[in-house]
Amino acid sequence: MAYSEKVMDHFANPRNVGEIENADGVGEVGNPKCGDIMKMYLKIKDGIIEDVKFKTFGCGAAIATSSMATELIKGKTIEEALKVSNRAVMEALDGLPPVKVHCSVLAEQAIKSALSDYYRKKGIDPEPIIGKIKGCEGSCSNNTGECHSEI
Amino acid sequence: MDKIIYVDNAATTAVSDKVLEAMIPYYKEKYGNPSSIYSLGRGAKKAIEQARETVAKCINANPNEIFFTSGGSEADNWAIKSIAFEQAKKGKKHIITSSIEHHAVLHCVESLEKQGFKVTCIKVNEKGMVNPKDIEEAINENTALVSIMYANNEIGTIQPIKEIGEICRKRGVPFHTDAVQAIGNLHVDVVNQNIDMMSISAHKFHGPKGVGALYVKKGMRIKNFIDGGAQERGLRAGTENVAGIVGLSVAMKEACDNIDKKSAKLKKMRDRLIESITKIKRTRINGDLENRLPGNVNISFEGIEGEGLLLLLDMKGICASSGSACTSGSLDPSHVLLAIGLPHEIAHGSLRISLGENNTDEEIDYIIECIPPIIERLRSMSPLWEKIVEKEKEERK
Repeated sequence: MAYSEKVMDHFANPRNVGEIENADGVGEVGNPKCGDIMKMYLKIKDGIIEDVKFKTFGCGAAIATSSMATELIKGKTIEEALKVSNRAVMEALDGLPPVKVHCSVLAEQAIKSALSDYYRKKGIDPEPIIGKIKGCEGSCSNNTGECHSEI
Repeated sequence: MDKIIYVDNAATTAVSDKVLEAMIPYYKEKYGNPSSIYSLGRGAKKAIEQARETVAKCINANPNEIFFTSGGSEADNWAIKSIAFEQAKKGKKHIITSSIEHHAVLHCVESLEKQGFKVTCIKVNEKGMVNPKDIEEAINENTALVSIMYANNEIGTIQPIKEIGEICRKRGVPFHTDAVQAIGNLHVDVVNQNIDMMSISAHKFHGPKGVGALYVKKGMRIKNFIDGGAQERGLRAGTENVAGIVGLSVAMKEACDNIDKKSAKLKKMRDRLIESITKIKRTRINGDLENRLPGNVNISFEGIEGEGLLLLLDMKGICASSGSACTSGSLDPSHVLLAIGLPHEIAHGSLRISLGENNTDEEIDYIIECIPPIIERLRSMSPLWEKIVEKEKEERK
C-alpha cells in the first residue's frame, strides 16, 4: 500500500489549500462516515478557471488527489476542467494503491460539483452539461471497504 | 530521517539482544532436527523442552500444557476451531465472544458461524469493558466455548479475566483468552485466573516474529491442527522452529521478570502523553483509564482523518498507528472504536501510541511537541473541522 513520491509530495505540500471568498462555484462531495470530504472553491472569469482552492478531510490520498485536481484545472477552461477524469488525476500522481482509487473519483466529482454550483448560480441547470454528481452516500459501513460503487 | 521514535509496540517490538544471542546458536552450530536421535538433534529437542518449561513457569502452567505455534493467530485458530468441533460432536454449537476481539478470533468465529455455529457477540461498554454478567447470561446448555481477549490491542482495555473464567468454570464451558497483548505487560496466572486455553505471541514482548504458543489446560481435548509427524505430541506436525521457540522463551522470561518495573515506567510516560494530548481541543481518550495496558494511548481527534496524521508523524520520525495495523487495508474505521460507540467520523481520526521498554522521557517530550501543530495543520484544511467550529459558534449564541 505504498504511495508514490508524487502522492507524498502533494500530501506533504498540498497546492491551493484554502477558501475563496465570494467564489463563483463551491462544491462539496464525500461523507464523514466514509472518512473523506472534499470541498472545492472556483473563481471563474470568461469561462476560465482563474483560481481554485480546496479543503479536504481525509487520508493522504484524499489530500493529494484534491491538490492534484486543483493543479490540473487551474487556468483551464470549464470545458477542459470537465474533461479531467479520475484516471487523469491518478496518472498525474503516478498511480494510487487500489484501495485509494476512490479518492481520485472523489476529486473528479469535487470539480464537477463546484462547476455545477457555478452553473446553478447563473440560473443554468447543470445536469444536462455535467450530469449527476456521484458521491459517496455513506454506504461504506458494509465492511467491504468499498465506498464508491461506481469505480 | 536520522531519528526514529518507535511507539507502535502493540504492533510488534524489537528483538532484544539477549533473545537474539540465545537464538543464533540454533541457526548455526546447534542446527540439528529435534526429532533426530544423535546428539545434535537431542540438543535441539532439549532446548525446546527447556523453553516449554520456561514458558509454563511464566504463566503458572505445566510444561505439557504448552504447545508451540507459529504465532498468536494460529493459537487462536487452533484453540477456537478445535474446541468448537469437539463440542459440536456433543451437539454444543454456541460460541460466545466479544465485539472487540482481534480479527484472528472474530474471523475464526465468523467462519464457524458459516458452518452452522451460533455466535453471541458480547457488547462492551463505552470504555471497552466486557461485563462478566453478560457472559453468564449468554451461556446456555449448548455453549461450546467462551473466547474473550485478555487485553485489547487498540484501546488497551484489560478484561476481568478471572471473573469470566470463574463463570465459565462453574458452568462447565471451556474458556479461551487471546492474551497476546497481556503477556509481558501483566501478571498472568492460568490457574488463579481460571483460564482453559490461552494464546501467546513472541514478537509482542521482544521475541521473534513467527512463533507463539497455545496453553491448553490438562484434560481439555484439542484436535490435531497440522497432520504429519509427531511434533508437539502429535498435535501440530512440522519440524519445530527451534531458534524461534528458544527466542520466545528467553523473551518471555525476560519480560515476565520485569513486569512491575516496566509497567511503572510505561504508566508514567503513558499518563504524561494522555494528559498533554487531551489538552488539544475536541479530543477524547478511548478505553478505560483504570483497566488499561501500561503502554497504551488511544486518542480521537475530531475533524481529521488518522492516516494523514500518521504520515505527518512519520515525517517527524514517529512510528505510530491509527488503530489496528491489520485493518489498514480496509477503509472502514476500527471495529473496536465503533464497538465503544464512536461515530464513524470520529473513529476515523484516531491515533494509537503503544509504548515499550525502549522509549525514553525525551521521546515523549518530542511526541508531545510534534502532535499539536500536526493536528492544527490537518484541521485547518478540513471542511469537517470547519463545520464543527461553525456549529460550536452557533451553540454559543
